Amino acid sequence: MQNQIIDALRTIVGQEHILTSPEDLYSYSYDATPGHQHLPEVVVLPGKTEEVSKILKIANENKIPVYTRGSGTNLSAGTCPTKGGIVMVMTRLNKIIELDSANLIAICEPGVIVMDLNTAAAEFGLIYPPDPGTVKTATLGGTVAENAGGLRGLKYGVTKHYVMGMEVVLANGDVMNCGGKNVKDVAGYDMTKLFTGSEGTLGVITKLIVKLVPAPEAKKSMMAIFKNLDDAGNTVSGIIANKIIPATLEIMDNATIKVVEDYAKVGLPLDAEAVLLIEVDGNPIVVEQEAEKVLAVLKENNAFSVQVAKTPAEVDKLWAARRASLPALNKLNTTIFCEDATVPRSMVPKFLRAVEDIAKKHKVLIGTFGHAGDGNMHPTLVCDIRNKEEMERVYAAMDEMFSTAVSLGGTLSGEHGIGLGKLQWMELQHGTTGMNAMKAIKRALDPNLILNPGKLVGEC
Amino acid sequence: MSNEITAKDVNEQDKALLIDIDNALANCSKCGGCMAVCPMFKELGVEASVARGKLALMQGVLSGTFPISANFDKAMGLCVSCKACTANCPCGVPADELIVRGRQAVVKARGLSPIKKNVFKLLQNRQLFDLALRAAGLFGPLSFKKLPRPMAAIARFPMPGMDAKRVTAPFQATPLRNQYPETVKVDNPKMRVAFFTGCTINYAYTDVGQSVINVLKANNVEVVMPSMQHCCGTPVFTSGEVDLGKTFAKHNIETFERYDVDYIIAACGSCTEAFKLEYPHMFKDDAAMKARAEKLSKKTYEISEFLVDVLKFRTDTLGPVNATVTMHDPCHMARGIKVTRQPREVLKAIPGLNFVEMKAPDRCCGSGGSFSLAHYDISRQINDKKIADIAGTNADIVATSCGTCRMHITDGLVQNNKDAQVFHVIQLLDKSYKAGEKK
Repeated sequence: MQNQIIDALRTIVGQEHILTSPEDLYSYSYDATPGHQHLPEVVVLPGKTEEVSKILKIANENKIPVYTRGSGTNLSAGTCPTKGGIVMVMTRLNKIIELDSANLIAICEPGVIVMDLNTAAAEFGLIYPPDPGTVKTATLGGTVAENAGGLRGLKYGVTKHYVMGMEVVLANGDVMNCGGKNVKDVAGYDMTKLFTGSEGTLGVITKLIVKLVPAPEAKKSMMAIFKNLDDAGNTVSGIIANKIIPATLEIMDNATIKVVEDYAKVGLPLDAEAVLLIEVDGNPIVVEQEAEKVLAVLKENNAFSVQVAKTPAEVDKLWAARRASLPALNKLNTTIFCEDATVPRSMVPKFLRAVEDIAKKHKVLIGTFGHAGDGNMHPTLVCDIRNKEEMERVYAAMDEMFSTAVSLGGTLSGEHGIGLGKLQWMELQHGTTGMNAMKAIKRALDPNLILNPGKLVGEC
Repeated sequence: MSNEITAKDVNEQDKALLIDIDNALANCSKCGGCMAVCPMFKELGVEASVARGKLALMQGVLSGTFPISANFDKAMGLCVSCKACTANCPCGVPADELIVRGRQAVVKARGLSPIKKNVFKLLQNRQLFDLALRAAGLFGPLSFKKLPRPMAAIARFPMPGMDAKRVTAPFQATPLRNQYPETVKVDNPKMRVAFFTGCTINYAYTDVGQSVINVLKANNVEVVMPSMQHCCGTPVFTSGEVDLGKTFAKHNIETFERYDVDYIIAACGSCTEAFKLEYPHMFKDDAAMKARAEKLSKKTYEISEFLVDVLKFRTDTLGPVNATVTMHDPCHMARGIKVTRQPREVLKAIPGLNFVEMKAPDRCCGSGGSFSLAHYDISRQINDKKIADIAGTNADIVATSCGTCRMHITDGLVQNNKDAQVFHVIQLLDKSYKAGEKK
């Protein structure tokens, strides 16, 4: 990159907020995705929308790639600066501008940490429901750009259901506002939805208007162990058929159960084919009634053992196994690929059995856990990325896994995003027509292809 | 044949200094969970300030991208060793230990910073160190002005390497160990313990040492303070001077082995951690030394832990201490030796004492031992958050179990115009026993 461009960027953000040393550049060459790393040429940390606008104008005129990022916790290489250029870190824009309890709205800068928004909302008895595993570290802007999900997807939906509007800087530096505080708003294309989940390829979000909902008054957590996977699957369908929508409905497969038991010794039987974690929330009276019905469904479907938490400490204990899933798998080797292939709810048992077969066939350790209620599975592949022979088998297993998900009517990604990690399977899911339509949108909004180029829809 | 050293040669040599932790570094999944708990990252907000970034930088050296450079050194220095990253890592990566390894590589590749080099040179010679700090105590009043609060002083004129407004602990004219015979006897002793005083208590906060002795005497425990004991070595070790740290460890192991005692106690989280965890770990490749270190480790307790778990201290002679007290858990207490319950039990046993928890009591106060010397501005910013949490409790007294935390929080209270005072937990118990005598 020419020195005069770096100087211009320095003038925009100030000496303190531009990083150019080889060490600093290296520390922005990765995100939380294994296997993707590339050095940027400069890192800038803007503090205002106007600065973002000026940076994009320079980048657009000089056709320099721009990689926008928050905390860099994504699992799809979405923020890896694969073509060098500028990494733009949004974490300095971290103010909660307004909490409007009359309209149940929060207006935030994109660098606000999701948990901080929830802490602020809690004072009004409200919650911002999307809760990806990274709530304590991920930025709101990042979770909107990735359209992140979480544990409560079944009942509360995902990020896109909460984004009401935004301020976004377009590739040429122009600042656009879309959406607003209105519950109903059909004026024009739904640009808010378009930018939500666009993974930094269409614009840079500089302000967000998000919806809040009243916090549930009561919760009840249960854990059930199954000797047969189909019984667990039937339980999930049975709960929904009884018109109960639990806030969380989590599943762990046999491979995960074995690893977790070995690591955390939480008392799970090693021959269990599935564990379900169920939480119902809402009005205290309704919660009790729903919990009763869930217990009946568990009994009908041959749950081997059922535990109901009576105190917060017991809730914590029930969650210990699920919480230990990722660390326990991680302990086994140096690299883990935590994927998020998703299938319609009714296909979960079929998908889990398929993953088990794929793991055996390619001799790869895959533990699967995830959100059974919304079909969002996390098949987690344990390996060592430095072992070439093993990685060939890992990638072959991944290929078969994603094809299986798509063939079951599922999707490549429930909540982590496509980025680079799953790009190669996009055409499989969307076909040429679908890809061309998406690429046309990309080219229309970013004609010089400077925004996170090569990601999500690939080269244009 | 060319003798010229190329950049590649430097990179290769620096790689060799870190190659043994290649696998340990690879275990970091880069999830970034450490960002949620790192006090340094909260202030600086850049990747190189948090564990994920620091571990990545070591991988950068290993990949030959850059050598162990001045920037690498700076990044490794930006850590208060509070262990919050390690305690919260879902992958179980011992990031704090790996950062010390990074510092060790810096020392080998580039040498120590000149200030640390001089301080450690002095530390190396036990007698000279003792003399220098005693002189500091004798001549201290000339250069430091006492503040109207216990154990707080401010420099009368600019001191090299110190912020002019900063409040520190005054060095005492007579160190603790010179105030007492080596063995402090009691009638009918029920046990005999060796007291590892550590430097802050011996030379500065002698009031804490006096309280330890008073409390143990009140419980019929004979106290011996081995005269040859020396700095635990933690400041040197965490700066990356691993070999010098080992020399200190060996000296202390040899010293304490010579005494026939039931237990070894210390009144500082870091000092206790040195005996309890670090010494055996330091000698993991030397079976004989490791066995000797482990033998002492098993006997070592932090004072509150000892009083509650071993001694079952007497509560029938306690008198009232009428004060509202909150507690700051030093990093090496909370995440090092994991002792947070016992100091609270001690405080709650004191009649009249109203205990109030502050928000996040185990969040680092920003001192980081010698970190605050090199980076006073950052450590002040971290500390201001702690002071706000303390102010939120309306407590009159902040209890803690670490000398450097006490010093840094005292400084923070003065800088933020707050009246609360800081004491070691044991001082409040001592006060309570004294109040009981008056009854």
